[in-house]
Amino acid sequence: MTATLTDPNRPAQTPAFQKISGARQFKNYLAMSLMGLAFVVAVIPLVWLLVTVVVSGYEALVNADWWSKSLKGVLPEQFTGGVYHALYGSIVQAVVCAVIAVPIGILAAVYLVEYGNNSRFARITTFMVDILSGVPSIVAALFVFALWVTTLGFETSAFAVSLALVLLMLPVVVRSTEEMLRLVPDELREASYALGVPKWKTIVKIVLPTALSGIVTGVMLATARVMGETAPVLVLVGYSRSINFDVFGGNMASLPLLIYNELLNPEEAGQLRVWGAALTLILLIMFFNLVATLISRFSAIKTK
Amino acid sequence: MVSIVLIGLFLLIQAVPSLLVDNINFFTSPEWSTGDVANLRFGIRDLLVVTILSSLVALVIAMPVAMGIALFLTHYLPPRVARPFAYVIDLLAAVPSIVFGLWGAKVLGPALEPLATFLNTKLSWFPLFSGNNVSLAGGGNIFTAGIVLSIMILPIITAVSREVFQQTPVMQIEGALALGATRWEMVRTTVLPFGRSGYIAGSMLGLGRALGETVAVLLILRSSPLPSSFSVFDGGYTFASKIASAAPEFSEPLSTGAYIAAGLVLFVFTFAVNALARYVAGRGKAKAS
Repeated sequence: MTATLTDPNRPAQTPAFQKISGARQFKNYLAMSLMGLAFVVAVIPLVWLLVTVVVSGYEALVNADWWSKSLKGVLPEQFTGGVYHALYGSIVQAVVCAVIAVPIGILAAVYLVEYGNNSRFARITTFMVDILSGVPSIVAALFVFALWVTTLGFETSAFAVSLALVLLMLPVVVRSTEEMLRLVPDELREASYALGVPKWKTIVKIVLPTALSGIVTGVMLATARVMGETAPVLVLVGYSRSINFDVFGGNMASLPLLIYNELLNPEEAGQLRVWGAALTLILLIMFFNLVATLISRFSAIKTK
Repeated sequence: MVSIVLIGLFLLIQAVPSLLVDNINFFTSPEWSTGDVANLRFGIRDLLVVTILSSLVALVIAMPVAMGIALFLTHYLPPRVARPFAYVIDLLAAVPSIVFGLWGAKVLGPALEPLATFLNTKLSWFPLFSGNNVSLAGGGNIFTAGIVLSIMILPIITAVSREVFQQTPVMQIEGALALGATRWEMVRTTVLPFGRSGYIAGSMLGLGRALGETVAVLLILRSSPLPSSFSVFDGGYTFASKIASAAPEFSEPLSTGAYIAAGLVLFVFTFAVNALARYVAGRGKAKAS
């Protein structure tokens, strides 16, 4: 009699942990590599664009005149002159816009967080802010044109540009401020109330200072964003090759507008100025972003 | 916050007089001539076609890429590595649109020319690839504009999706992994169903951006005397770029009104898309909680 030989070491049951089948493993790795690839695909244009701008534009920037002279009286084919006038315009328009938009935005955010309590009006306001953040910049520009220029009869000016930028900046400021105010711990408010401090004083002395660094970060980011906007300057102000300090009248250059106008210049100098101005604009925006990041890194809200 | 209502109202008031004296159908005509105030002829058909086509090209490219990046950053990379990587993607949003336009028109367009020629000649059986009303040379067509737009809307779609994917309940993720799911199976069965509405909402916000993008498109697209041939290799104008191109000549109220009418259509369009996005996102949030 031949006994059926069984492996004495054979486990009584099939093992509980089996290897993952090849097809599943393959799918897993395929999915992972596709995601990695997606990231690489997104980085390629960024690097390509930045390298192009830096390579084509740095030559213009190393010229000392670039930062201190305008293009007044410069012939199209001349390499001289600079973008001082446009730099001034870009910064001033953004700053005037911020001066108008920041107080309104912060007040709206304070209302939403401290007084709104999810009431009907607060919900409508939130919805409106959401929609406003989706309004295309050209529509904002057209609106200001229809209101400021056609209806009220003012001239096109840098101030009109700032008004259009306010519409674009406001939702960003409201959003970021709101987020920061919600981060302020309720214990702080309650401690203040317990000491008998009225609500408005709690907000001014406790809540806002606690959230200040976050609010400033949001404002800086929003300012950086509106500096790059081109549509409003195309519609609302004329281009000038010389310096104009007057916000309320006359043509005023800004970096996007300078790029747009110099594009029409077929000379090599024009192309150099285009890329140089593009690089300057990117540097300006990066600078604001960097300052914002530094502020938020070194003075984050202490939640505990 | 009455500004939204005001925007709509003002644009409407200024557009109506011009619309009343429009000599051709505003919605179905491809013609656009506003030089002669006594005989205004403007219709938005081609603007609509070009706007929608370029935005669709952008969305088709950006949606899968953004989903891949968002998943990669939230569920594959360790948080320490993911943060700088996410910063790189956000950097794309910091580049101003005119620089994107410049790069698209001068660098990317010419580089894409061989691909565009190939698609246009070899794959012309596909309706959107057949025909072109501008020369392919230089790449001043909707194809190039769509690709640049896709790069521009990538950060917002990624940011919104990332935020939602991040909030997938840990219990579900751990449950899936405990049942022996591979990482991809875990993502497919827990993260994607949970994040779907947020992802769609983010994509619609991106669509809103693409519809309203002005200067990048204006610099890239070449104008064409011929009407649209409904191909991605057409040139022409979107709503926004048409308005911006004529901006220096806004002097005659009636012809300006024609552009304001186009702006009004764009406004209504983006309003609808954004409101829909909020609605989808709100419904997703309600389901999750």
